[in-house]
Amino acid sequence: MTAFRSLALAMLKGFYRDRATLFFTFVFPLMFLVVFGLLFRDAGAEKITVGAVGEGPVITALRETGVLELERHDSMDEAVRLVRDGDLPAAIEQRGEALTFRFAASDQTQAGTIRGIVDGVVNQLNLADTNQAPRYTVDTSNVEDSSLKPIQYITPGVMSWGVAVTSVFGAALTLVNWRKKQVLRRIRLAPVRATTVLTSRVVVTIGVAMVQALIFLGIGALPVFGLQLVGTWVLAVPVFLLGVLAFFAIGMLVGALCRTEEAASGAANIVVLPMAFLSGTFFPIDQSPAWMQAVSNVFPLRHMNDGIMDFLVRGRDASALLVPCLVLTAFVVVVGAISAKVFQWEDS
Amino acid sequence: MFSHVINAGNGAAVVVEDIRKAYGDLNAVDGVSLSVSEGEFFGILGPNGAGKTTTLEIIEGLREPDSGTVRLLGESPWPRNSALLPRIGVQLQASSFFEKLTAREQLETFASLYGVGAARAAEMLDLVGLADKADTREDKLSGGQRQRLSIACALVHDPDVLFLDEPTAALDPQARRNLWDVLRAIQERGKTILYTTHYLDEAEILCDRVAIMDRGRILAMDRPAALVRGLDAPTQVRLERGSFPRPDAEALPGADQVSEDEQSLTISTRRPADVLSALADRGALDGLQVRTATLEDVFLDLTGREYRA
Ligand SMILES: Nc1ncnc2c1ncn2[C@@H]1O[C@H](COP(=O)(O)OP(=O)(O)OP(=O)(O)O)[C@@H](O)[C@H]1O
Ligand SMILES: [Mg+2]
Repeated sequence: MTAFRSLALAMLKGFYRDRATLFFTFVFPLMFLVVFGLLFRDAGAEKITVGAVGEGPVITALRETGVLELERHDSMDEAVRLVRDGDLPAAIEQRGEALTFRFAASDQTQAGTIRGIVDGVVNQLNLADTNQAPRYTVDTSNVEDSSLKPIQYITPGVMSWGVAVTSVFGAALTLVNWRKKQVLRRIRLAPVRATTVLTSRVVVTIGVAMVQALIFLGIGALPVFGLQLVGTWVLAVPVFLLGVLAFFAIGMLVGALCRTEEAASGAANIVVLPMAFLSGTFFPIDQSPAWMQAVSNVFPLRHMNDGIMDFLVRGRDASALLVPCLVLTAFVVVVGAISAKVFQWEDS
Repeated sequence: MFSHVINAGNGAAVVVEDIRKAYGDLNAVDGVSLSVSEGEFFGILGPNGAGKTTTLEIIEGLREPDSGTVRLLGESPWPRNSALLPRIGVQLQASSFFEKLTAREQLETFASLYGVGAARAAEMLDLVGLADKADTREDKLSGGQRQRLSIACALVHDPDVLFLDEPTAALDPQARRNLWDVLRAIQERGKTILYTTHYLDEAEILCDRVAIMDRGRILAMDRPAALVRGLDAPTQVRLERGSFPRPDAEALPGADQVSEDEQSLTISTRRPADVLSALADRGALDGLQVRTATLEDVFLDLTGREYRA
């Protein structure tokens, strides 16, 4: 066996023979994925319920839009009372060709939406009745992939975060432990290059990150959550790998600066946790204040997350690779250079 | 270049000239010179903090001396000299193991660092008597077992020069003797061994030459027997107390001094043959012990302090 392979194997065994590490690598982030996934599963799919009285082509057409939920009532009086009490946003009655529409103006947005839908349906039916071809046609579809569900947002966030945590901790703890236990000194007495030790750790980190990603994607793709790899998802792979490298470099820096495992995990948490909160792991970044969005731009996690989402969710083309890849590469180079500078083989 | 030729010529494995290393105000190594020939078994003795480990690590190339020169197999070990590394084997004083690996995996990993196959790793486990612990994790081994594993890791690539920092610390008497056999067998194959120990008796048995170190300096360096002889210390003949009257003892031919304690009566003599034959004549040999000077006495003589391992 080559030195490279046996070192990688030694690191890998140190990793998977530790229950706590396995938990924080796989189970812990998955818990977030599952909780968020279940919590937001039905978000956005909610329909507006409207009271309906009578029957006719308009009522039928409204039901077919799939946007409104029609709640049957025997008389318009009863339905209007419910609207007045705030239990329904609007009610509609069709008797032959006569239509009555009553709405509550208290929620203007919802009232406007329902009015728009009702008007649209009525106009369409009127036009169809004249047997004329419409002069203006609108090609309508939403900008996201049609399969868009909250899980598409949640998975990249939780995945980036989970992978970031594991990469930082893995690199830092190996470095600290091997230095503390004099393994680094001992390796230094063997004819092995420092780069061999380094690359074996890089390969182990990437390998573990890929297993994590596969598990997250696999769980997300379960029917309960319904994640789909759509559009240009393949382009997310380079962003993912560069992200892993950026966090590996941060881990090396933490490991180079800390003497004990306790100090290293503390420092790793201090680095990763704020990033997680400000980079869209736990809540979408575009809902946070502008200054916070600006601040989060300095975090590699933000760019990893955004970059992956660009392809997995927004289906953007390869030009969207540029920014995240550049930022993440810069992180790898700068942080990597600093850690190489402060690295020591032994505690002096 | 010139010294390279000389060293290669006279078969010196290690030549150290006036090395010094200070940590702040403390002179950990304070002008040490020594040379070890190829195939020699060389011991460095001394109490805690004497500078043994520091000296060894400077020779191995793990530390840079503040001044002085080191030649290891004719080359300079500092800065890290990868041509030398496959030829030296090092057991560090604090055992250095990969986290969560078993004894066998430790050896296989170290073997692979030198491009040595797994078969050799199994051989090493047998050699140090750890075959039945092959699948035990490093942190579940006893202190002595860790020590033996650490030595096996130093031997795995069959180095020419072996550095062992207190290899017999924490070993039980049986394991210690087994290790002696292992080390002697290695020496018989022409390998050079540099080792440190606190056990002066052990060094006397194993080493061709020893250096006695204290406070960063070498106080004496020679074959153990020569050091003891040079001390010119009297032989102590010890009898059970009450088995022989003190005035008679003082009157024995060759008896220089007689002392008594709770258990025994001790006769100091420079003519042990005369004392012993006189005692034999009087039938007083039962329970008799003869103690000649040891390295401990040499240490006491050199430092004026009792040796405490
Ligand atoms: N890295 C270091 N920094 C500061 N002081 C050190 C360092 N290493 C060793 N020393 C000091 O140098 C002196 C010699 O240490 P060294 O480890 O060489 O002793 P030793 O003879 O091997 O002792 P022991 O028998 O306890 O192993 C000690 O006083 C020690 O405190
Ligand atoms: Mg020591």
